[in-house]
Amino acid sequence: MPEAHDRPPEQFRLRLRRYDPESGEAPYWDEHTVELEPHRSVLEAILQAKDRFDGSIGVRCSCRQAICGSCGIRVNGEPALACHTHLDAALSSSSDGVIEIEPMGNMPVLKDLIVDMDAVHWKKIQRVTPWLLAKEPVPEREYIVSKESMVDVTQTMACIQCGACVSDCLAMEVDPGFIGPAALAKAYRFVGDPRDDEQYERLNDLAQDPQGIFDCTHCFKCVEACPKDVNPMGQIMRLRRIATNDQHIVDQNNGERHEAAFTTLIKNNGLLWEAELLPRSYGGNSWFGKFAPPAGKELLSSLPAILKALLRRKVTPMGALKPHKIPSADLKAVQSIYERVESREERYELNLYITGTDADNAPIEAEAPVAPAATEESES
Amino acid sequence: MKVAYWPGCVSRGFTPELHGSMAKVAPLLDLELVELDRACCSGAGVIAEHNQELADTLNARTFALAQQVEGAELMMNICSTCQGAQSECQERLDANAEYREHVNSTLSSEGLSYEAGLTNKNFLWLLVEEIGLDALRSKVRRPLTNLKVGPFYGCYIVRPRKRLGIDAEHPRDNYLHDVIDALGGTVIDYAGMRKCCGFPIITMNKEASLKQAGRHLGDAVDAEADCLVTPCPLCHLNLDLQQPLAERAIGRELQMPVLHLPQLVGLALGLDPGELGLARHVVKPTSVIDWSTSVVGAAAA
Repeated sequence: MPEAHDRPPEQFRLRLRRYDPESGEAPYWDEHTVELEPHRSVLEAILQAKDRFDGSIGVRCSCRQAICGSCGIRVNGEPALACHTHLDAALSSSSDGVIEIEPMGNMPVLKDLIVDMDAVHWKKIQRVTPWLLAKEPVPEREYIVSKESMVDVTQTMACIQCGACVSDCLAMEVDPGFIGPAALAKAYRFVGDPRDDEQYERLNDLAQDPQGIFDCTHCFKCVEACPKDVNPMGQIMRLRRIATNDQHIVDQNNGERHEAAFTTLIKNNGLLWEAELLPRSYGGNSWFGKFAPPAGKELLSSLPAILKALLRRKVTPMGALKPHKIPSADLKAVQSIYERVESREERYELNLYITGTDADNAPIEAEAPVAPAATEESES
Repeated sequence: MKVAYWPGCVSRGFTPELHGSMAKVAPLLDLELVELDRACCSGAGVIAEHNQELADTLNARTFALAQQVEGAELMMNICSTCQGAQSECQERLDANAEYREHVNSTLSSEGLSYEAGLTNKNFLWLLVEEIGLDALRSKVRRPLTNLKVGPFYGCYIVRPRKRLGIDAEHPRDNYLHDVIDALGGTVIDYAGMRKCCGFPIITMNKEASLKQAGRHLGDAVDAEADCLVTPCPLCHLNLDLQQPLAERAIGRELQMPVLHLPQLVGLALGLDPGELGLARHVVKPTSVIDWSTSVVGAAAA
């Protein structure tokens, strides 16, 4: 079979979601058959349908080469850039031979495939102060920073603001006020920038906000949605790591307490002690945490679930009161790992670009973007 | 088949019926489970959120222990969250020899070392890829005829696709569908089947967390599922243990039983519902489903 770009034009059926809120009519599906080479894009198919059959189809686009971020849509239920999705690929992911095209989610539809980015996406971007708050004194010429520190933020700089991650965010689906993946990735772009003067303030703001960094459900939707591999969830986890571990910010959302309690319980027992994790997350990271007022309040509100669980012998009183542990020699080994890793002067953290196999990373290994202090640490 | 078996924490803590039912089902599938009882928690992403190297080292220790199990073909887990958290650590360890050496130097005091390339499969993947759907079908003693089962995958086992090895040849994000079908049940598709149960934010934003669980359970009710099945004990906590609270959060009665994967397999292989711990759930499947008619064979315990 010839390569896709050598193949002659074929017919592709499109099923378009149409909606004009001003018309007062409900959304509906519209079908068109277009004729294009299979390597052409879904955007070209939409534009052909608009050109040949119905000029009223609403679609937003500009560069047509996956740079401007204007043509975010859903293809067969999955977020995509229309200009960056080949027709043959779209056809193969369709369930019934028709390519289904919808507007993005989590944002109001203005018309057909055009959503209101201002009302959601851009508002959230503005929320995180998306500019550099420069360290004083501002140098006469450029700031001199290490190469590694800039490599660290380039991944978030690759964002083209298409909104695909916002469209698919599952936390936002139930909590529209969540700052969300795109804006939090943008926040990391400045938190991670050594020239920025307000790392603590930025992190404290995002940690204390009930819809900030601790509202992310860790569902990987944004990681999959992003056409530019920005890995927004990975950036959110970095924000949490720096806020809790480096800046010692204790937030009002139990984020830091939950993380500290979890990590401590594994250090003490090797395995998770669920009955202790919950009260400590609310009341503080010690055995006494459960007696703090927020823990009591939480316990009370969870009482129906707890009683049911006891009644069904799902949870035994003994199991709740006593942790299960790994053998003591192994627990000692685990604790020595904790001590060794946590006593390092600087956290050893791989850049998010490192994936694949040794071979994939071998050619660039000479300048592998690893935290410099950590490399020294490993040799000591 | 002999496997190095990682049960996880929650399967031995708040969902003991999961670990218990796996132990009952294994011999029927000719699976020899060598439990990794020396290994510690995978960190569920939370330890990685605290310190990446710590999570990587703790899991490298688990992988090294698994590689020491003589005759084991691979490592198997029964927890989507463990699968996701461990796959993430393994991705970093396998991608960088220098880093792996660094992590192994921490393990060396215990005489352990992780060698790149471990195979770690959730029970779901193992069922389809190692045992095979045809072999599974041939072992069914009590087909789940007319039982309408909604799959609930859990995020960690379906995303990100590349890390988890999901592709056209390995449609792992569809395996629950395949298994339900092989057991003779009817697959019910519903909006929330690959969405988030909400558990990771239960202590941070309880309302949003319970709304997520409630919404997916409600979708399954609307699609007329008799029950859900999940390969993740943490999803089970939010969907079953917290279901009374989820009902309150969305203002709607749900009463949707949620089964662990080995429980569903065990039922079809002829095991007794009581023996599989089905009476231990908050939403008792035995009180909602008439096992004597929905499932051909023995009546409910």
